[in-house]
Amino acid sequence: MSSSRITDEQINDLLTKLQAVLPEAHLRSTDRVSAAKVLQDTCNYIRSLHREVDDLSERLSELLANNDINSAQAAIIRSLLR
Amino acid sequence: MESKSYTTGSRDNANRNLEGSKTLMASHFLRALFRIQQTSTTRSSFAGRRRRIRRAAYASMAYSAGTRRAWSRALLRKLRSRARLRFPRRLSRAARPQRGDTDQAQVLRKLVPGGPGMDYCKLLEETADYIRCLTTQVRLMQTVMDSISS
Repeated sequence: MSSSRITDEQINDLLTKLQAVLPEAHLRSTDRVSAAKVLQDTCNYIRSLHREVDDLSERLSELLANNDINSAQAAIIRSLLR
Repeated sequence: MESKSYTTGSRDNANRNLEGSKTLMASHFLRALFRIQQTSTTRSSFAGRRRRIRRAAYASMAYSAGTRRAWSRALLRKLRSRARLRFPRRLSRAARPQRGDTDQAQVLRKLVPGGPGMDYCKLLEETADYIRCLTTQVRLMQTVMDSISS
């Protein structure tokens, strides 16, 4: 851990960068951000992403039961390369 | 060792890393899906298959970031120890109080792999990368799903 003190400026910069990966980031100003708001939005967003992974895992599980993905290989790879 | 670049613009680097990571992520996840389908029998449970797919999702995220990130190292450790992947995790040991810590930062620590071991600045940095990776994985899963069901 570096011995130099972390400035409020640096923390604000990190918070701005974090806010930039949240949804609707373009709607927000990049001036001083409220740490509380950014952290709150971040936690909510991560939780919703985790839920999406769970949900998509469930739906993929259904699809794997009913479709042979071997035959869909070419289509899958094509859409990923797009 | 990675340099501590808290303030320099590293977004270009982040984007470059992401492109290569996306390919790694996709190939790992697809291979896992094929394996899961091949080894699933009519008797294997829906829940079991769903769990394996979910684990494959987090594994492909972790492998794509490799050892470059604290969150991915923590995730790889968890995967290798075959521990249950649970978010938010239950903190078994008290996290060290950190400067700039709030209750909300503590909540965030439970949501990001390796969170409890990070100081506040590291937590913010790692979280941004973790979110980028998560959104990529979610988009990957949606793409796969769309192309299978079409």
